[in-house]
Amino acid sequence: MKHATRRTVGLALTAFTGLCAFVIVAVLALILADILEGGAAGVTWTFLTQPPSDGMMGGGIFPAIFGTAALTLLMTVAVMPVGVLTAVYLHEYAPPDSLFARWVRVAVVNLAGVPSIVFGLFGLGFFILFVGRGMDRVFGHEEMYWAQPGILWASLTLAVLTLPVVIVSTEEALRAVPLDHRTASLALGATQSQTLARVVLPGALPGILTGAVLAISRGAGEVAPILFTGAAYFLPELPTHLNSQFMHLGYHTYVMATQSPDVEATRPLLYATVLVLLLLTFALNLVAVIIRTRTRRKAAGAH
Amino acid sequence: MDRQATMEQGLTQTAFAPALSPAARRRQLREKAIAGIITLMAFTGIAALILIIVFVAKEALALFTDPAARHEASLSKMFLAQDVPAGRPAFRWQPVSKIPKVSMIPLFVGTLKTTVVSMMVAVPLGVFGALFAAEFAPRRLRELLKPVIELLAGIPSVVLGFFALMVMSTVVKDVFHFDRPLNAMVAGLGLALAIVPVIFTVSEDALTAVPRSYREASLALGATPWETAWKVVLPAAAPGILAACVLGFGRAIGETMIVLMASGNADVISWSLGDSARSLSATIAAEMGEVVVGSPHYSLLFFIGVQLFIFTFVLNLLASTWTKRVMRRLTGGAA
Repeated sequence: MKHATRRTVGLALTAFTGLCAFVIVAVLALILADILEGGAAGVTWTFLTQPPSDGMMGGGIFPAIFGTAALTLLMTVAVMPVGVLTAVYLHEYAPPDSLFARWVRVAVVNLAGVPSIVFGLFGLGFFILFVGRGMDRVFGHEEMYWAQPGILWASLTLAVLTLPVVIVSTEEALRAVPLDHRTASLALGATQSQTLARVVLPGALPGILTGAVLAISRGAGEVAPILFTGAAYFLPELPTHLNSQFMHLGYHTYVMATQSPDVEATRPLLYATVLVLLLLTFALNLVAVIIRTRTRRKAAGAH
Repeated sequence: MDRQATMEQGLTQTAFAPALSPAARRRQLREKAIAGIITLMAFTGIAALILIIVFVAKEALALFTDPAARHEASLSKMFLAQDVPAGRPAFRWQPVSKIPKVSMIPLFVGTLKTTVVSMMVAVPLGVFGALFAAEFAPRRLRELLKPVIELLAGIPSVVLGFFALMVMSTVVKDVFHFDRPLNAMVAGLGLALAIVPVIFTVSEDALTAVPRSYREASLALGATPWETAWKVVLPAAAPGILAACVLGFGRAIGETMIVLMASGNADVISWSLGDSARSLSATIAAEMGEVVVGSPHYSLLFFIGVQLFIFTFVLNLLASTWTKRVMRRLTGGAA
């Protein structure tokens, strides 16, 4: 083949790959545009601050917003210490070719691949039926108190699900802290834990926050794991105890989209709910992306 | 030789450990305790994975130990043709009917159908998109493209399911003239939205790991940029791209909300994409809410969970082996 023909064919195929990339972006834009168009009118102050009324046909989604926030807050409290310390072990404490560290890494990679619905089964089988029943027996509750779906169990299930997210981003953050900082601290006579608490962790803080934000964004959007561990279909009162059930934006979306008696009537509410959920996760993701690019630039400058 | 030995002996003798003050000893003890706690925390990841399989399998175990459950849902009833009057389908999933029918074959067919549709769409889009980003896009465009696709990955799957249900279903029905708005095609296209970012990101990582020298050598030999990308860079990154596809496949098998909302969930066996499909994951999600704890049906749903866990576990192991292989070949082999 002549060189000119080869070049033209190449250019055509290159354009095709560009088209593929464009299609992905275009679909994303299409989804966003559709949801924004359908939901923007519905997101009002009343919608954000009132409970649902008229059998889900009217009112707002405040309990769902509150439930989602409370759920992810509990999840964050549970997952951050474990995730950060695991990453600290992997990057700071593990001996260079430790077999245990390798097993932890394999476990974390595989944990990230477990389907979210299996986490739901795990939450039901382990937290509710095993731990919950055990706690009821120990504390002497006559009727079921802990052995039922509730916000604590749902948040712990999500914490296990988001553990890999936190570990991976924390480890990346630790990697960005220059070795010199550690050696300088140790040379001044600080112990390893003092170096960790005063030098390494503060240096890695932006990256750790990124991990937290990513975990929250992931946890806020997951529905499958909370289907049988605590999400409620309709519950105007807010969760007050650790064993209360709760409303959730994602679950609310699912229920309204699939079980509404009158799809056309609930459509505006549904779109508005999806828009709120999407804005929430996008805002969190955006924060994470911004912090991460900033730390990466700083890390690149430090070397 | 002899002198050296005595010298070494002398050295080890003189290098005595200094007597520690009580404060120093306390500090040393505290360091050990902290290291111990951190190591213990690192065990959580392993423990979580083990607890997941143990507790999901434990609830499914009754299928094999309890005589009543064994009668209602034996392995042969799950995987072989059922005894039914002639003319009726021999594979049905109706675990709550008067005579429970528990064939998993329709669920496997449904899962396979939606997954295959999603792979047919997502693999070309993701891999070619990644090739564009890694090889042809100007730097500016690439740095814009990656976060945008990460944003797509950040959309909750329930939102994608909602989009498939409300928007894509009518479009697909009109374009392909299907009878039902909810079918395997819609669910598969919805799934494709969820797995495209996975395939794109992992492929892009593999492609950018290919050393510059490969490209320069190819270009210097007179190959065009496309020939370089297609015949040099892509083959070099092949295991990584395979890993990307396997990861996407695993994600598509396990994805629940999209299929639950958009596939119609009927337990029919047909290879037509216009028919409704019921997947393994959606079955668990749809039925677990109404099931009696401890019943054979309940154990069956956990058994489906065990199968999902095993499928995705194997796929993940394959993917991580291939990723490691491509990274070793490209970084270690080229140096």
